[in-house]
Amino acid sequence: MSSTALQNLIEQPYKHGFVTEIEADVAPRGLSEDTIRLISQKKDEPEWLLEFRLKAFRHWLTMAEPRWPNVRYPEIDFQAISYYSAPKPKKKLASMDEVDPELRRTFEKLGVPLHEQKALAGVAVDVIFDSVSVTTTYKKRLAEAGVIFCSISEAVRDHPELVRRYLGSVVPHGDNFYAALNSAVFTDGSFCFIPKGVRCPMELSTYFRINTQESGQFERTLIVAEEGAHVSYLEGCTAPQFDTNQLHAAVVELVALDDAEIKYSTVQNWYAGDKDGKGGIYNFVTKRGLCKGRNSKISWTQVETGSAITWKYPSCVLLGENSIGEFYSVALTNHHQQADTGTKMIHVGRNTRSRIISKGISAGQSNNSYRGLVKIGPKAAGARNFSQCDSMLIGDACGAHTFPYIQVQNDSAIVEHEATTSKIGEDQLFYFASRGIATEDAVSMIINGFVKEVFTQLPMEFAVEATKLLGLKLEGSVG
Amino acid sequence: MGKRMRNTDGKILLEVRGLKAAVAGVEILKGIELAVRAGEVHAIMGPNGSGKSTLAKVLAGHPAYATTAGEVRFEGADLFALAPEERARAGIFLGFQYPVEVPGVTNAAFLRLAYNTVQAARGADELDPLEFDDFVRERMKLLDMDPAFLGRSVNEGFSGGEKKRNEILQMAILEPRLALLDETDSGLDIDALRVVAGGVNKMRAADRAIVLVTHYQRLLNYIEPDFVHVIAGGRIVRTGDKSLALELERRGYDWLLEGAKAAGKPVAA
Repeated sequence: MSSTALQNLIEQPYKHGFVTEIEADVAPRGLSEDTIRLISQKKDEPEWLLEFRLKAFRHWLTMAEPRWPNVRYPEIDFQAISYYSAPKPKKKLASMDEVDPELRRTFEKLGVPLHEQKALAGVAVDVIFDSVSVTTTYKKRLAEAGVIFCSISEAVRDHPELVRRYLGSVVPHGDNFYAALNSAVFTDGSFCFIPKGVRCPMELSTYFRINTQESGQFERTLIVAEEGAHVSYLEGCTAPQFDTNQLHAAVVELVALDDAEIKYSTVQNWYAGDKDGKGGIYNFVTKRGLCKGRNSKISWTQVETGSAITWKYPSCVLLGENSIGEFYSVALTNHHQQADTGTKMIHVGRNTRSRIISKGISAGQSNNSYRGLVKIGPKAAGARNFSQCDSMLIGDACGAHTFPYIQVQNDSAIVEHEATTSKIGEDQLFYFASRGIATEDAVSMIINGFVKEVFTQLPMEFAVEATKLLGLKLEGSVG
Repeated sequence: MGKRMRNTDGKILLEVRGLKAAVAGVEILKGIELAVRAGEVHAIMGPNGSGKSTLAKVLAGHPAYATTAGEVRFEGADLFALAPEERARAGIFLGFQYPVEVPGVTNAAFLRLAYNTVQAARGADELDPLEFDDFVRERMKLLDMDPAFLGRSVNEGFSGGEKKRNEILQMAILEPRLALLDETDSGLDIDALRVVAGGVNKMRAADRAIVLVTHYQRLLNYIEPDFVHVIAGGRIVRTGDKSLALELERRGYDWLLEGAKAAGKPVAA
């Protein structure tokens, strides 16, 4: 097995690279209070939301882009970005039949399950195409259970009091540079509310797709689980192939009250640039969950395979007594991709527990960093954390880095950290070959074994998709 | 090249002629001559660094070794025309001196993939996980292995003895035509040695040849070879029957090395 063969193996082109031709309603480039007023006006927003945006914008103007991540990219010109883009709806949509056929074909190519069969699989899909929700399905069944699942724009219109109470309560408008930017200019996203005592009757799924060239994407997601509520939320992303870098700065906020549980799973496959590192999406995301109530639980599972740059730390603030935070991650980088990703577990309440399982796979000339913070506050008596950070290298030109930060301010806490680095090397592949197993199958088997602990956390259907995705990224013609 | 010590009228499986091979630019094998027939057991002995293990790895196709001269025919066909996985499918098996650990991949999954790959290449039936489970448990009895090991990651955290048993189990599953066992006895205590050797003996068959690469004669107390070859300085310097191994045990290798040096060529038995 030569290194050339390995190289061929990991150089599969992006399969979802096509552009859908739909008339888009694009705002002029640039960012000012006027742009924000335009967005707010286009979306017919209440005054308080405009104020929230403007406050965030004014704060953002005083902030600097973070320079500490272990990633390199040219200066972003925030005035060169268009902050609003929406497919022009022909008229108000009453059913799927009215959805733009071109758009539906795109979804079919991607395998986005909008059609009826999906009901049998028990998945309601809130499809976001660029920034506006086109349609939301199975609302009725969810409504019967009392679950609200809609675009955040609809939520602002139909449930303003809920949005107002929770928006910015986990990620404040001035939290960090990108979160502030998002708070100022977010165009759409998902809203999900599970009332007290309700177990969401199906897994909720949103497919994101970036389509209009050079339109910044600023999604905003808010999920609230009231006392004793349960929800599992799936987010999947694919994007078409472009040469120009696209900025994506989403904010996701989760709130879990007493005894509530939120499971948030992501499979991300955005365009990562070509094999020379040209193009690709910059993914600067702030995801945070607040375990506000006692015995609440928030679990993040992510499979990150795309983007030119990933800057993302899905975190848990463990405020409620006995609350639990979990982070399961697989981050795969190839070619010139850069990922600086990990989590923060902030233990505030007593007997809070957290678990971190991170698996980084680097191939090509890529750079893969795990960055994690475990913080045990002075009142977090009996807090426990276990972290496991494993890295796998494929080839000789890639890098894997681990930056664990641990801050403990309570003597009774127990914090454990384990880390390993392994390499798919000549010897391992020769061992498989000497048993008749070709390199491609060997790599696939080794990688699947490596990520197993994380993939078992994914909902079944997603796990199958994610396995295919890794296969797609790592299998190919063996030279 | 050794003359036949025992009447094994099997056809020639492996024919090595003038084989030279190098690793990192250093020539290790300097002209190996060897013929192995079906049904035979050959032991290859020799001092450290003589090229014993290199020969086994070159035959199996380890990518770190470059063949610089000579030819090898396996069942009449050019062995070097085949990639390592094709050699395995054609019936060559290498039992590793240091089996590689593969975290996260269960033995059961690994063994089944190997088995089905080789079966498919032979045009034979593949087994589903349940069928394979029955099959592999049966074979594990040959080696006195705990079925719990099927659920463990390949070689991860295995003791030396467990790793070697696992190698022989793989041989028992893949049923090769030619098994090259590289220091299968190293790192084994006497009980494990007996079990592993017993497993190898059960695999002896009229249509299969076994080549044992070993340091010590003690393995040959359990697996009786038809031929014993001594490699020194990258050549086979002596070939004999099992009594040669006993003689080596008594006298060491030095007398052979001196003799070879003086003659400047392989010493005939």
